[in-house]
Amino acid sequence: MAELKLKIKAQPPTPIEGEVLTPDNLAGRSVNEILNLETWRGNRRVKLSELFTVEGESASNPSDLHIILEGDLRKVRHIGARMSAGKITINGPVGTFVGFEMSGGTIVVNGDADAFLGMGMSGGVIEVNGNAGDAVGSGYWGTRCGMRGGLIVVKGNVGAELGCWMKDGTIKVGGNADVFAGVRMQGGTIFVAGDAGAKLGAAMTNGKIVVLGNVPNILPSFHIDEIRPNTKVDGDKIQGPFYVFYGDITEGGNGKLFISVGKNPHLKYREAYIL
Amino acid sequence: MEYLLKNGYVVDPANKIDCERKDIAIKDGKIVESVDESRAKVIDVKDMLVMPGGVDLHSHIAGSKVNIGRLFRPEDHYKDYEVKSGVKRSGVGHSVPSVFTTGYRYAILGYTTVFEPATPPLKTVHTHDELNDIPIVDKACFPLFGNNWFVMEYIRDGKLEECAAYIAWLMRSIRGYAIKVVDPGGVEAWKWGGTVQDFDQEVPRFGITPREIVRGLVKVNKMLGLPHPIHVHANQLGVPGNYKTTLRTLDAVKDLAAGDKPVIHLTHVQFNAYGGVDYLSISSRADAIADYVNKNQHVTIDIGQVIFGDTTTMTADGPFEYKLFTLLRGKWANADVEVETGAGVVPITYSRSNYVHAVMWCIGLELALLINDPWRVFITTDHPNGGPFTEYPRVFSWLMSKKARDRVLKRLPRLARARTNLKDIDREYTFYELAISTRAATAKILGLSNKGHLGVGADADIAVYNINPKEVNPSVDYKLVRQAFSRAYLTMKDGEIVVKDGEIVAAPVGRTYWVNTKAPKDVEDVVIPEVQKLFEDYYTVRFENYYIPESYLACSAPIEPLEPAG
Repeated sequence: MAELKLKIKAQPPTPIEGEVLTPDNLAGRSVNEILNLETWRGNRRVKLSELFTVEGESASNPSDLHIILEGDLRKVRHIGARMSAGKITINGPVGTFVGFEMSGGTIVVNGDADAFLGMGMSGGVIEVNGNAGDAVGSGYWGTRCGMRGGLIVVKGNVGAELGCWMKDGTIKVGGNADVFAGVRMQGGTIFVAGDAGAKLGAAMTNGKIVVLGNVPNILPSFHIDEIRPNTKVDGDKIQGPFYVFYGDITEGGNGKLFISVGKNPHLKYREAYIL
Repeated sequence: MEYLLKNGYVVDPANKIDCERKDIAIKDGKIVESVDESRAKVIDVKDMLVMPGGVDLHSHIAGSKVNIGRLFRPEDHYKDYEVKSGVKRSGVGHSVPSVFTTGYRYAILGYTTVFEPATPPLKTVHTHDELNDIPIVDKACFPLFGNNWFVMEYIRDGKLEECAAYIAWLMRSIRGYAIKVVDPGGVEAWKWGGTVQDFDQEVPRFGITPREIVRGLVKVNKMLGLPHPIHVHANQLGVPGNYKTTLRTLDAVKDLAAGDKPVIHLTHVQFNAYGGVDYLSISSRADAIADYVNKNQHVTIDIGQVIFGDTTTMTADGPFEYKLFTLLRGKWANADVEVETGAGVVPITYSRSNYVHAVMWCIGLELALLINDPWRVFITTDHPNGGPFTEYPRVFSWLMSKKARDRVLKRLPRLARARTNLKDIDREYTFYELAISTRAATAKILGLSNKGHLGVGADADIAVYNINPKEVNPSVDYKLVRQAFSRAYLTMKDGEIVVKDGEIVAAPVGRTYWVNTKAPKDVEDVVIPEVQKLFEDYYTVRFENYYIPESYLACSAPIEPLEPAG
């Protein structure tokens, strides 16, 4: 796999559009051509050479290209947007919209990612070895379809509205999720190894949310179904036991919540409602 | 500045010029007999198609409901945007583009006059704000009267003169152009929890039927001498079996016609030409409507063609939008405008595989093809209800080529093909008929004598398309037609080049037309204090603040009524 190393020169004063930084765009170009590519910095068109130093070599095929981004990329957004193949490794904190509408390939973030990670993605893998911001795997504002496929793995914590409008695919969170995880979810799977915030799965119509840690409460619009000893996420067996809730009945939904029994003694009163 | 457009093939139906090689001379924004060739800028448009600038009489481009559409559809914007250039501002929007973008895109299509067909009088300040910001094209707006309390009460009491005085006062106060009627009585009934199912059903609380409203407004329109006939969006829009209501609406005003002059313009008729009893049995009755229009001279229509894809429906017909929302269960916005009208906005995706949408697609084209006289049927998509106006070239190619239609038709559900007549229609529009339907006829029905033709004295609004009408056979090379009409080679507005080779090169301010209506002074003296008194009871604004001064318009172009009031 050919490696291409881009290092950001200095923290820019205004945001940078990173849409151009995908294997699809950079494959088949020489280093000089890459340096001459244009992108937006604030409202100005600038050459990549003004923003990055580039080393290494490119590949002719996007799937053979590995882009390594170095430095503080918190002002750079849309990295890996609409990528379909190849690999991007980001060493450092990164801005919003990483992997926006991506359909394939791999993105690894060795640092924290900002909000809207994997927004509208339909395939591929995003791995974050840090925390991620709000609305991971959601859809663009106003659309009624979030993530449609692929896998997002966040080792740390994530912000609010995890998997908003999500339709398919899997999101795994190693840490905690903030409020409204799985809001308006229509399919797919969310796995939270830590705690989840309030209003879990609000207005969800389908899909599955598994929480191993504590949840403050379950919305009254979810019915308890049974207690299960274990469940599966992406084929892996997860040891329970779990309370299984279904809802959100205000939306006529058939989503499933799997909530750890051991970590949530305050939900014991719902057991009385198991039919 | 003087220009000479040389060697183009001119299509100018108003002057009966059909694809003749002819030079067009332009001086001071007007078309003139000839110019001094040594001083004028000569532009060689050899073998290209030269037409008058397009005139669109029904396109929702400005106003509060358009803005609601923009506000609640961010997903409509992010995939379709314009980057700013030397003359162009940046902008966003596919089905509801931002104001500047609207002007640019119309100019690129070769359109130079666009009328906003529905503005609630109370919110017309906003409409004018947006119209002011739409560059290049000339425009105007039609205030809504079909559910106005004052109008309904005056007509119920038989006080037509008073009604005319009220409308005259309102029209010139808010700088409106024509009387728009949307779902007469139905919107008001719905606001009180009722419905008007039939053309002869009484509107609850008002004691008046849609028939009386429409007839009354046709009479008022004549008394005021407005240049455009009343612009009607009929009752029962979008309801299966509604073609009967449509025919009844048209027939109701037949006796009010005098001579050949149309007294009613029925808009986006595609939505009002359904047979069947429900959405499973919906079928095309465009033949019935077309037959009526062919036999009667008092009516003009526009088609409201549907384009497959994502768009936003917006209309002053609040009840219809609610019905649509109950079908789609997506987003819905509703707006109530005090005692004047209502409005609703719902996004929709028209899909080829959907039986109802496929039938709708066929009906629009059937209407355009079955009505023989292109002077009385106009091409619109009811932007953005049927689809964005940027898709007009696609509609042109469908009308000009059976092959193009059949390509879409064969991908539609079998049942939709069976329940429509489109497959049996062989007619294909010529460039001449297309120019009538999109320019000459629309300018004529709007009463714009300076628009829609290239005769001496007309405004120098010209569109040049890079297509040779003598060599290209549109029925085979429909793709060339679509490409050519998508990007005008040259658009001139008032003698200034605004589009060159599909790119905006200048963005002048367009005029805003309005009609300086008057009613007899003695009637107005009685009516206006009466209205003022009710104003204090019903409205949230002061009477004095209702008035929009002429200076508010970026480029005001008042038009005098056709004949003295009386």
